[in-house]
Amino acid sequence: MYYIDPHIHMVSRTTDDYETLARMGCVAISEPAFWAGYDRGSAGGFRDYFVQLTEVEPKRAADYGIEHFTWLCINAKEAENVQLSRDVLSLIPEFLDCPNVLGIGEIGLNKNTPNESVIFQEHVELAIYHDQQILIHTPHLEDKYQGTRMILDMLADHPRLEPSRVLVDHVEEHTVREVLDAGYWAGMTLYPVTKCTPARAVDIIETVGAARLCVNSAGDWGPSKPTAVPDLIFEMRKRGHRESLIKDIVFNNPRTFFSQSKNFRIADPEAR
Amino acid sequence: MKSSKQILDREFLELRSKLLDLAASLDRIDRAEGSVAADQRMRLLAEGIRIIGNQSPQRAYQIQQLFSRQFDPQWKQKFNLPTRN
Repeated sequence: MYYIDPHIHMVSRTTDDYETLARMGCVAISEPAFWAGYDRGSAGGFRDYFVQLTEVEPKRAADYGIEHFTWLCINAKEAENVQLSRDVLSLIPEFLDCPNVLGIGEIGLNKNTPNESVIFQEHVELAIYHDQQILIHTPHLEDKYQGTRMILDMLADHPRLEPSRVLVDHVEEHTVREVLDAGYWAGMTLYPVTKCTPARAVDIIETVGAARLCVNSAGDWGPSKPTAVPDLIFEMRKRGHRESLIKDIVFNNPRTFFSQSKNFRIADPEAR
Repeated sequence: MKSSKQILDREFLELRSKLLDLAASLDRIDRAEGSVAADQRMRLLAEGIRIIGNQSPQRAYQIQQLFSRQFDPQWKQKFNLPTRN
């Protein structure tokens, strides 16, 4: 089955992974800007990273027939440094017209601090000003519930923000309903230990339905599996779910969400 | 949608294995030097095991809440974060 991985960090993956993804049916990916595993020392480091996301990765992906899209921001962890964050925010507009940029992301919270909250709000204002979609990271483990509630609080401060143009990512059993009930899209990340397993993600789909719900691998430099979305497809088939429902989750839903960006174009491979 | 019996048939051995893994991990902690009896994480694990044994629905949701920090609805005032609308 053809699928889209709506959240994967290919700058941290090998070219062999691109080939594996293509062989597994991946036709498009979206790569949010994130924490590199260390704190960068200057805004210049982020400029170089944004060039990598908008020029280098699309070429690597294209070699394997995969469309590459991206989102720009300073991530929640480095957002603790407010001055650096504002320097990076000032760089972002010059990249927004690059042909593979879908919006602002993955912004969010990490340890749910005042500084992170201030920079989150400034990112949202930047997105609204430039009419961009938003992709949001929710915190890990014990911080997730509190951070998700804080994020929903802050988003509600912006009446001009269309919930249908925002995806709140890394939802789990205790956060998915509040995100969907507020009108946002929700993403489930399939991680071996710290987020959803494919089995639990399918449980959530069975519980809340498939509307406005996506799944991703969030493959990066840490413990993660870039082929996690095919694992979910396999789990859904084992449970006897309809192929049309599986396709909604792994292809139609991300395509519908991304299509709200002027830069997203992809044909259904089955219609070729 | 499969029946409860079909799901139990499919997952019984996996569930048995997960229970054994959990029991063996706790045994491993007990065999090691020192004591973690006062460690807050042990209390959380014990409470999680109690939730699993309950007949109530949404056990996964309850365990997620057990391991979560509380949300304070007054957090913006405490952070002195201005409302932006």
